[in-house]
Amino acid sequence: MTDTKLAARKLLSGNEAIARAAWEAGVRVASGYPGTPSTEILENLARYPDVYCEWAPNEKVSLEVVAGASFGGARALATMKHVGVNVAADPLMTFAYTGVNGGAVIVSADDPGMHSSQNEQDNRHFGRMASIPVLEPSDSQEAYEFTLLAFEISERFDTPVMLRTTTRVAHSSGPVTIGERQNPDLPAFQKNPGKYVMVPANAKRRHSSVLERERLLKAFAEETPINRVEKRGAMGVVASGVAYQHVCEAFPEASVLKLGMSWPLPEQKIREFAGSVERLIVVEELDPFIETEIRAMGIACDGKNLVPREGELDPVIVKGAIEGSGPPPAPPSALPGRPPVLCPGCPHRGVFWLLNRMRAVVPGDIGCYTLGALPPLESLDICISMGASVGSAIGMQRARREDDTRPQVAVIGDSTFLHSGISGLIDAVYNQTPITLVILDNRTTAMTGGQEHPGTGKTLMGASAPEIDLLRLCEAAGVEYAVRVDPLNLQETRAAIEQGVAFDGPAVIIATSPCVLQAHVTGDAMAVDGEACTACQLCFKLGCPALSADPSAEKKGRQCATIDESLCNGCRICEQMCPKHAVGVSK
Amino acid sequence: MSVTSIRIVGVGGQGIILASNLLSEVALAAGLEVKKAEAHGMSQRGGSVTSDVRFGDVVHSPIIGLGDVDLLVAFERLEALRALPALKPGAAIVLNRQSIAPMPVLSGKAQYPADIEQALAREAGRLVPVDGPLIADALGDPRVINSAVLGALSTLLPFSDEQWRAAYEQRLKKKGLEVNLRAFEDGKKQAAAA
Repeated sequence: MTDTKLAARKLLSGNEAIARAAWEAGVRVASGYPGTPSTEILENLARYPDVYCEWAPNEKVSLEVVAGASFGGARALATMKHVGVNVAADPLMTFAYTGVNGGAVIVSADDPGMHSSQNEQDNRHFGRMASIPVLEPSDSQEAYEFTLLAFEISERFDTPVMLRTTTRVAHSSGPVTIGERQNPDLPAFQKNPGKYVMVPANAKRRHSSVLERERLLKAFAEETPINRVEKRGAMGVVASGVAYQHVCEAFPEASVLKLGMSWPLPEQKIREFAGSVERLIVVEELDPFIETEIRAMGIACDGKNLVPREGELDPVIVKGAIEGSGPPPAPPSALPGRPPVLCPGCPHRGVFWLLNRMRAVVPGDIGCYTLGALPPLESLDICISMGASVGSAIGMQRARREDDTRPQVAVIGDSTFLHSGISGLIDAVYNQTPITLVILDNRTTAMTGGQEHPGTGKTLMGASAPEIDLLRLCEAAGVEYAVRVDPLNLQETRAAIEQGVAFDGPAVIIATSPCVLQAHVTGDAMAVDGEACTACQLCFKLGCPALSADPSAEKKGRQCATIDESLCNGCRICEQMCPKHAVGVSK
Repeated sequence: MSVTSIRIVGVGGQGIILASNLLSEVALAAGLEVKKAEAHGMSQRGGSVTSDVRFGDVVHSPIIGLGDVDLLVAFERLEALRALPALKPGAAIVLNRQSIAPMPVLSGKAQYPADIEQALAREAGRLVPVDGPLIADALGDPRVINSAVLGALSTLLPFSDEQWRAAYEQRLKKKGLEVNLRAFEDGKKQAAAA
């Protein structure tokens, strides 16, 4: 359990600071779906006492849980990465109409620069779209303070509040001064259909309330100290989030209007600030969100004409952009790259090896297995969004030309399948589209660090739970070819995939083997028999970090293979695929 | 104290996150402002890992821009080479003598660069090599390489042995504390003798 009375000033990441503040705010219910860079918020909050924390199967459910908890009289927190908010957008847009009972905060953890994401969308737009306030902390101390403030704003203005972080706030650490847990006294659920039943007649009235609320929030934005002017020199910069920190460093003499709240904006404050400086520049990461609003006020400013719209900013980039020297030159890239790879012993490797050999077209999904797109496996062909492997496989199948004889095999992880892949599978069964789907069931949410999910038999809080049986789930949905295989057995897996492809109807192969990072179960290390190895180097196509060329053993001018026993987890895929039977258990 | 910007680079699994946590704790305990930023999304999958640690009287940005690194701590030779363009002219480099071949090298698509240490010595204001793997092997625990590297780094920083020890005691469990402190001491000795 996390110490509830920590030393006064402690080094906390943005995510740890949000968890601490949520606990202090008296949050009783928290729900989210793992996603970088948001995951550690709930992992930390779950260690505090007196707060129910859960992994939901997806972000839509998570936000619905939080809306219900709010109506039911608790302060509640939803956490997700930026693209997760897309999934939760449906309840978000109408939760914005109902408003809250207990304070409700949605953390949107954006990922400028795409450290671990499929796009770099700017979720401040959701604030404007839903007419809800957006707070943007610039470091850990503010992540802590703004989380507390977000719950106050939520209850005072009857609105869900978005706390928008970015990777450099979520995953950066700094000293934070913390406090004690509050116990807000909130009323239990009160029947109020005009507020909570969003049928047209009620929603029309609520829309008026939303617009009135936004007017009040604009007035609040003018007075709140989190929107503050730091008057220094003649150059004036408007900045929010971590961009504020970069600006302070790049231009210590500049005057700054620091916006802790990026929606709605304090028009009067901006106007006064613009009038007090000789030149106005908006420095923000990603989209010209604040800049567009300032221009719409009729105020001239610089912004994205100077500052990059793509990727992250840093002090050097900000300085170069504004002084006109442009972005710093990109470092030379002659060095061998170090792309992430599937771990030694990863149960996904054999499946991608087979699909590569089959020359299959592979609609894929989001998770560790997206690495199956990289050399040397180069197997996965499509990656869009969570669960999209199934839907895109249906579309690919329906669009397939008659002369296209390539097998098509979609892949999805267990957690991703339960997140939203199941809906696609129901489509395939309902409309009888003959897709073949391999569920790479490694019994965890691996890419984000191994979180539990509805199929693992354990909850975020450590309780045991019924395991959702993927095989029975597929059968219940009406899949007539559904089998479970061990992906560490190449022959069995290959036969099942080929039968699935040949089957006239939707087919699902559940390839179950635990993630090597989570299971800590390893087999005997393998070794190469130097005499039998013909240096064909076929095994290098597995992309296993334990396998490499042996500079001390050459045959016909090519280096033989060798296995690093300290890395090998004994999955025996190389043993099964070696055409010369040159790999075996190390003696 | 003006801001010191330290970049720590290496490969997932080398203990870089713990090392940057310990460094940050030491600076905080010394009464300085500290910010630390990690890029660790792919760290468990053998990708490059970078952690920026910055401390001083006032620290704003958590990340270090190109050409602003005062001190590079490289856990791996190729990653040291990759980080060179980020260094300020004359910056010092602490180099853990370890090479880990990335996938393009393992699969024969690329060559691991030769003579990296000489290239680093030419670029660095000062190169402080440390034999992390040898020190760890001698202590019988491959996980303490990061402490050997921190020991070498400590010779370039204004923190006392007591401050380092306190940070270790705060972050590490009893089991493992002593062997890490011994690796720290060995790394420090090697750097001081260089």
